[in-house]
Amino acid sequence: MRLQDVRIVSREQRAEGLFALSLDAREIARMTRPGQFLNIRIDHETSPLLRRPFSVSRVEGDTLEILFNVVGRGTEILAGKRVGDELNILGPLGVPFRVEGEYDLAVIVAGGLGVAPFPLLTGALRKGRKKVQSFLGARTAAHLTEKYLVNVHVATDDGSLGFRGTVVQLLEEFWNTEKPAKAKIFGCGPTRMMKALSDFAGSKDIECELSLEGEMACGIGICQGCPVERASGEKKYSLVCVEGPTFNSRDVILG
Amino acid sequence: MKTAFSIRNVEFKNRVLVASGTFGYGDEVKELVDVAGLGGIVTKSLSWKPRDGNPPRRIAETPSGMLNSIGLANVGVHAFIEKKLPYLRTLDTTIVVNIAASSFDEYCDVLRLLDEQEGIDAFEINVSCPNVKEGGLSFGADCSKTAEMTARLRALTEKPLIIKLTPNVTHVSEFAKAVEDSGADAISLINTLIGMAVDIKTRKPKLSTVTGGLSGPAIRPIALAKVYEAAQVVDIPVIGIGGISSAEDAIEFLLVGASAVQVGTANFIDPTTGVQVAQGIEAYCRQSGLKDAGELVGALDANVEFSVLQSWL
Repeated sequence: MRLQDVRIVSREQRAEGLFALSLDAREIARMTRPGQFLNIRIDHETSPLLRRPFSVSRVEGDTLEILFNVVGRGTEILAGKRVGDELNILGPLGVPFRVEGEYDLAVIVAGGLGVAPFPLLTGALRKGRKKVQSFLGARTAAHLTEKYLVNVHVATDDGSLGFRGTVVQLLEEFWNTEKPAKAKIFGCGPTRMMKALSDFAGSKDIECELSLEGEMACGIGICQGCPVERASGEKKYSLVCVEGPTFNSRDVILG
Repeated sequence: MKTAFSIRNVEFKNRVLVASGTFGYGDEVKELVDVAGLGGIVTKSLSWKPRDGNPPRRIAETPSGMLNSIGLANVGVHAFIEKKLPYLRTLDTTIVVNIAASSFDEYCDVLRLLDEQEGIDAFEINVSCPNVKEGGLSFGADCSKTAEMTARLRALTEKPLIIKLTPNVTHVSEFAKAVEDSGADAISLINTLIGMAVDIKTRKPKLSTVTGGLSGPAIRPIALAKVYEAAQVVDIPVIGIGGISSAEDAIEFLLVGASAVQVGTANFIDPTTGVQVAQGIEAYCRQSGLKDAGELVGALDANVEFSVLQSWL
């Protein structure tokens, strides 16, 4: 874990309202594993006051890439940053996806901006000689980015590209026709989608890891701001920032 | 240049501590901060049993501040002694353990158990959490209960006893005086202010508990006024807390009468803030030709000048 000022080396719009920033962050880039995140200080004013968490989307040599949607004041300011501007980042944070395991097929399921952690995961899965199938859901074709993903199946709400419906419905169709054995699901997206995915994985008894979001201030377990309810055990809550953001879907109860 | 100060018989190497609930139990930030640069660490509040805390959402951002409703989530005093205290003992700074309980007896039990342990230098008593149903503000907003609590805890320890006061009362100076008279060695203030925020799309409160505690730079002027008010009426040290994120902020508190400060919410943005504030105070003192940072305490020049402040421009 490091706290570092880093420079923006590239900025790219990937889809409707969806941007990618690359940061020159050698030390942190080397330490980062798939599923981990950065807590980024958007600027040095007191409003917005808190850092914002972003999954690391890609690591390429010394650079880290994040993906984000413009959804509020913080991401609006971030979208206005230019190449050469500095950001203060804290990372890498959180527990990575567990890539190792007794499965042959990795099934990536992403809704909207939930695609963010998967380019980095895809690289690690392929290195680990896993087969990968990727399912992406978005509102429309314009909101979608498939960049750096493989074997992509698309679902859109309006049917402007691929399957018309939710990404979990598309996944169910795939499962019913392909009947894959020894598979593991990796999911990230809006809570409703992840609940549906978690139910699906539970009903088919498939191992499923989810990357959760939570409103957090510190990102390192101090502020206690990001609890997620645990399915069992002595403690009622886990913290998304240090015990996640990746969780086995059986271990958490999504709100 | 002397940076140290004392409360009762315990020396703090400088006048900057980190506030309870904003620095965990010290181990979370070991990769980021050299705590030897801090005057002290105040731990997350401890209760007798572990507390789960409140359901999500627990935090919301507000202009230059944040609301929290953590609900004193903590590991409990036994797990603290077993798992957290051994690490705290290795640190080259003063350790203040914060206690928050639901009843007189629970406060006493926790303090009695901790008082027997090696490696704890002082106690801070949280009678002012706005986010729990029992204890917290039901004590902290009642002057006679706060005084009684102080007296009962005083009888149990020879270590410095710091009472953390709430700003959610009409006259904080009455509480300051009452706890001084009951044997407190110092007071710290302010805890968070009761606040609220609403999501107008869903028409729901942004916190699960509806209201929460406001902290951050937004509350600094209020905190400063409360510290000023309290420092007027007590002789024991006052520790100023509320939105401090720079040496300049901290020096304001010293000038109005605080003997020391705690850095809180700023740790969430940068856990090295406390160390930077301590270094900044030292640099300011050197530049001002002071031999002891204590010369700043209460050195406010109350003669207001009727010219435009440079900082306005």
